[in-house]
Amino acid sequence: MPKIKLPTKSPRIDMTPMVDLFSVVLIFLMLTTTMRQPEPSIVDTPFSISEKPTPDFNMMTFLISNDGKVYMNFDNGPDTLLQYRPKILQEMGKRYGIEFTPEELRTFEKYKSSLGVPIMQMKEFLNAKNSKARDELQVGIPLDSADNQLGMWILYARQVNPAIQACLKGDAKAEFPVVKKVLDILQERNVNRFNLITSLESAKINLEEIQQ
Amino acid sequence: MAEIIQEEKGKDGKKKTKKHPPHIDMTPMVDLMCLLIVFFMLTTAFSKAKIMEIVLPEKLKDPNQEAPKISASRTQNIILGPYNKIYTYPGTVKPENFNNLPPLRETDFSDSGIRQILLGWNRTLFKKIDDFNQQVISGKIVISQDSVRGAISQLKKVDDTGPIVLIKAYKEANYGNFVDILDEMNICGIAIFMFVDITWYEEDMVEAAVGVASTATASSN
Repeated sequence: MPKIKLPTKSPRIDMTPMVDLFSVVLIFLMLTTTMRQPEPSIVDTPFSISEKPTPDFNMMTFLISNDGKVYMNFDNGPDTLLQYRPKILQEMGKRYGIEFTPEELRTFEKYKSSLGVPIMQMKEFLNAKNSKARDELQVGIPLDSADNQLGMWILYARQVNPAIQACLKGDAKAEFPVVKKVLDILQERNVNRFNLITSLESAKINLEEIQQ
Repeated sequence: MAEIIQEEKGKDGKKKTKKHPPHIDMTPMVDLMCLLIVFFMLTTAFSKAKIMEIVLPEKLKDPNQEAPKISASRTQNIILGPYNKIYTYPGTVKPENFNNLPPLRETDFSDSGIRQILLGWNRTLFKKIDDFNQQVISGKIVISQDSVRGAISQLKKVDDTGPIVLIKAYKEANYGNFVDILDEMNICGIAIFMFVDITWYEEDMVEAAVGVASTATASSN
C-alpha cells in the first residue's frame, strides 16, 4: 500500500475578509472621531440629568480646576471660518500694549487646548519650543480686582463675537468662592446666562415612595 | 514562497501557466489596521459632554432700584454648607430677629435627603408634571416631543403652590454641590429657584449649626 503523503505546508488563512472588516471599522472610527483635547489640568465634571449636548461653536469655556486655577478656551475643537481667536488676542494685545506677530497669532489660532496664561507671558508661551515649557507657563488667568484679565478676555471675546455663550466646566471638587468669582466677573460684563458642562446621569423618582 | 515554487517548476521544463492569482500576504496589513483601530478607539470621545443652562438674576446696578419682593410664606432657603451638607430654613429673617436666628434643618444630597424635602414642598406641581408625562407616555395625549417641554414650562409658569427656592452657598461649599442642587431643582420640577448671595446672618447660622454638630459629636465621643 502506498504511503499517503501528508502535506507539510501549514494551512494558509485567508486574511482578506478580516482586512475588509477592519477597513470598515477604521473608516467609521476615522469619520466619527472627535479628538479628545488634552486639558491643562484634569477636570472631573459633576453629573446632571440634563441631556442638552454641548454646542460646537460660539462658546467660550471657563475651565476651573481642582486647585482654583481658571483657564479659558474659545470654541473647543475646530475653529470656525470666522477666525475670531486671533482677533481676540490682537484686541487683548492692544489693551495691554503687546504687539503680536502674525506667526504668534497663527499659533494662538491653532492652539486647541485651554489657556491659563497671563497676558504678559503670552508671547513667551506662544514662542515656547515644547509643551513642557508651555505647561510651566499655565498658571491660570489672573482674576483679582487689581488685574482682572479674565474680565478683559470676556469683554473682547464678546466684542469680536457677539453670539458667544459662556460655558463653565468646573471640577466637582473646585472650591465655590473661585466659581463665584468667575460668575461675578461674567455678570459684571452682563452675561447672566451660563451653560454648566456636566456628564449625564439618570435619576428616577418613585412617586409612590415619596407620598407615604 | 509562491515564486520559489514557480521557479522549481520552471527547472523541470514543464511550462505551466498559473491559474490562480499570486497570493498576497495580508498579515502585516491586518497588524497595522489593528493598531490604528486601537488608537482611534482610545482617542475617540464617544459621549459628548452635556450642558445645563442656568440664568442668574441680573445684578442691581442702580442703587435706587429695589430688589423684587417675594412672598415670605412661599420662600424656602437652601444653604450649601461644608462637608457636602445642606441646611434649609423657611421664610425670611427679619432684622428684629437677628439675635434670635431660626434653627437650620440639616440634610444631605442623597435621594432620601434633599430630594424628599424638595418634593414635599413641591408635591402639587410635581404631581401635575408627572401626570402629564404619564399621559404622554401612555398615549392619552398625543403631542410632539418639542411641545412637551413647552407644556411643562407652562405648567410651571401658572403654578402658585410650589416654593420659591433661594439657593445660597457657604464659602466652604464646592462646585459639585452647586451643580447637584441645581440638578435636584430640575429633577423635582421646582418652578422658581434663584441663586443668590449668602447674607452675613446666614453665614452665622451655618457656623452655629456646624459648631453645634461638631460639639455634639465630640460630647458623644
